[in-house]
Amino acid sequence: MRTKLQNWMLLLSSAALLALPSASSAQLSTFDIETRIGTESHVGNVTGHAKDAALPYRRYCVGCHGPLGDGNGENAPYMQPPTFQQPRDFQLGVFKCRSTPTGTLPTDQDLFDAITRGFDRSNMPQWNTLTKQERADLVAWVKHFSPRWLSEKPGTPITIPPEPEVTPERIKAGRDVFARVQCWKCHGVQGMANGPSASTLTDDLGRPIAAFNFTDGSRPKCGDTDTDIYRIFMTGLDGTPMPSFADNIKPDEAWDLVFYLRTFMRQKSKEKEMAKTLGLKPVDPNAPAGQQ
Amino acid sequence: MHASSRFHLRNFFQLATSFAAVALVVTSVILSCSQPANALPAFARKYGLRCSACHESWPMLNYFGQKFKDNGYQLMNDRDAPIWQNPGYWPVTFRITPIWHRVSVGKVQIDTYTAGMLDGGQAIQRISSSGFDLSGLDFHTAGTLEKNISFYLLPSSDPTGAFHFEQVFVRLDNIAHSSWLNIKLGRFELDNLLSEKRILTLTGNGGIYQTYHFIPVGDGNIFGQIGDNQLGIEYLGHSADDRTRIGASLVSSNDGNVNLTLGANSYTGFFTGSQAFDLGRMGVQRVGFYAMVGQAATYYLTSSTSGVSIPIPGSGIANKGFSREGFVGQFYFGPHLDLTVVTQHGSDNVWFGQGYGNAIGTDGNGGTTATCSSPAPGCPFLNNVPGTTLAMGSQAPSWNGATFEGHYVYSPQLIFIGRYEVEKMSQQANGDVCGGVACPANLGNISTYTVGFRYNPFMTSRAGLAWHNEYNWLHQDGTGPTNLFSGALTNINTSELLMGLDFDF
Repeated sequence: MRTKLQNWMLLLSSAALLALPSASSAQLSTFDIETRIGTESHVGNVTGHAKDAALPYRRYCVGCHGPLGDGNGENAPYMQPPTFQQPRDFQLGVFKCRSTPTGTLPTDQDLFDAITRGFDRSNMPQWNTLTKQERADLVAWVKHFSPRWLSEKPGTPITIPPEPEVTPERIKAGRDVFARVQCWKCHGVQGMANGPSASTLTDDLGRPIAAFNFTDGSRPKCGDTDTDIYRIFMTGLDGTPMPSFADNIKPDEAWDLVFYLRTFMRQKSKEKEMAKTLGLKPVDPNAPAGQQ
Repeated sequence: MHASSRFHLRNFFQLATSFAAVALVVTSVILSCSQPANALPAFARKYGLRCSACHESWPMLNYFGQKFKDNGYQLMNDRDAPIWQNPGYWPVTFRITPIWHRVSVGKVQIDTYTAGMLDGGQAIQRISSSGFDLSGLDFHTAGTLEKNISFYLLPSSDPTGAFHFEQVFVRLDNIAHSSWLNIKLGRFELDNLLSEKRILTLTGNGGIYQTYHFIPVGDGNIFGQIGDNQLGIEYLGHSADDRTRIGASLVSSNDGNVNLTLGANSYTGFFTGSQAFDLGRMGVQRVGFYAMVGQAATYYLTSSTSGVSIPIPGSGIANKGFSREGFVGQFYFGPHLDLTVVTQHGSDNVWFGQGYGNAIGTDGNGGTTATCSSPAPGCPFLNNVPGTTLAMGSQAPSWNGATFEGHYVYSPQLIFIGRYEVEKMSQQANGDVCGGVACPANLGNISTYTVGFRYNPFMTSRAGLAWHNEYNWLHQDGTGPTNLFSGALTNINTSELLMGLDFDF
């Protein structure tokens, strides 16, 4: 017969076993986080302090990102992909919109821009109503959730050459790049997010994720200027299936691709007009390589 | 002064001030019962944001909430159209407040009795009453019909359940993809930076901004109350980050009354502009102005019934002018402390000053005004019929007002509120208003303060509950009952203590 002590030991052991999965390396305690409350950010000439962001974070952010910054706020269960995306888990220290190479930490300016710009097709609004100081404080707050900033430095922003003049030849060259690096596999041959791989896409946490649809009038998540689009495929969107093409596309070709992608977009543009004049056809995935 | 004229004046003041005192109480009760405000968990549910994201303390908007409103209740994140919502989502919010309150009116003229019979005498007495009560019910539905087409429908009731339409409008947002071009049509709150419909206080006199409603003693112009919702069309433009805002409204001069009950062709313009500045750790500061310039009828065609001239709805002509001009500053001193200042100058045409203007006695917002509720024997309205002349000494009344409202935001869940308002006449109407003699310079002046706090025991994006505590004190010069012995005008003080559970879901 088991003693009471044995029963208690069994109960505690079971509880410890059940608790193990949630005690993964990504899950940090409040204590771990609070030790980093001195985290700073530097955006232009503004220095942000994590300790000053507790109140605005509680007011504006905690409902989605959660008190521990793990993306488990009270609203997270209702943000279901692919219509909405789950709130970012700041503890992982992985961010889509960066100016830095894939796999590296973003700069403080990148995080500041993300807070300012918000994310289309998500619940993350533009927080440009906050003062620069408040946003810089929130950048420091976001950083203080992840231990990555203790051991790593942000990557060096990629160099983006000046944007060349758009020409029909460049648009045609962009189409070739689109075919060569197989953008169409996810984004579809007409940029409608209906490529053969589109339905299988998941993010790094295994959650379904949709490819960007260039044709529905929505704006790319990380900014909608030509430079932003260039940056997106040269840095990749970390945590998503969108890789960095920095090793596959030369800077000049990257601009060609930007111009070609513009032809898909609903908004009026020179590129659309030129593509119409050229009578440009979508790439043919079944054609031999180099003749698509 | 001759004894008989003194007697006449005394009687006049006695009647006028007794009436004013009763009217003040009635108005207070009515206003305390009608507290339409815009705090919508429906939006919070739609976007998954907590109340605190848009509200400094609900229902008062913060800068982010103001931008959301200016964008037509859209976050502008390509998920604003209702097609993105769960089909079961219904953008509806209810708000009502069970309260306990104690109202005390300093001087009320009462009848006296001897041996169980009216003895013809009168006395002045403070009347204090307390008890449990209810606010009216607000039934908000609002949101988007399609991307960049917004709506708002707010049936609102008094505590007895009598409904009226507090707000109804459709808004075309970002026309031609420009945040500078937004058009609203319907019944709506004027673009007041310090919004009365989002006021944080609930008592009868503290639940409104006196500066927005002040009317000189005897004045018949109800049309210049910028705190009331109005019927009309509004243009609003703003920069993408909402730092710069401009607006212009054209509204009917009827104080929001439906069915064209007043003037035949009378309109009022309301113009606003403001600019915000980023002052670092201090916060975003905003300064702005507003101006209301309008005309309203003073002569109504009538149709007599039983010897009483009843105004014909919509027949008002002989328009006379009025104006309100003000400056607004919203100043933040870090994350916890802020102060809003509104200053206003108001002036009415001399005819309004003598009581001409309001022929129907309702304010269009579910209540009656300080004048008669309808023309009837013993309760006539003043009509500027052809040949009417003004009494000697009549002049256009004008006044100045200021509102100071400060908040200490301890946390998104706890806010302390303090407000002081002062309204001072700069030129009295005189004429018949004071029985043919010059009115005291301070007649009708108001000073009032309100203090309170609201504590939200929880903060989610699904519902709101605030434990509300408030005290208001109001002083008005010369509108108390006339002193029974000296015949002098007396001042009146009223106060109200209120506690309640303000909730919406």
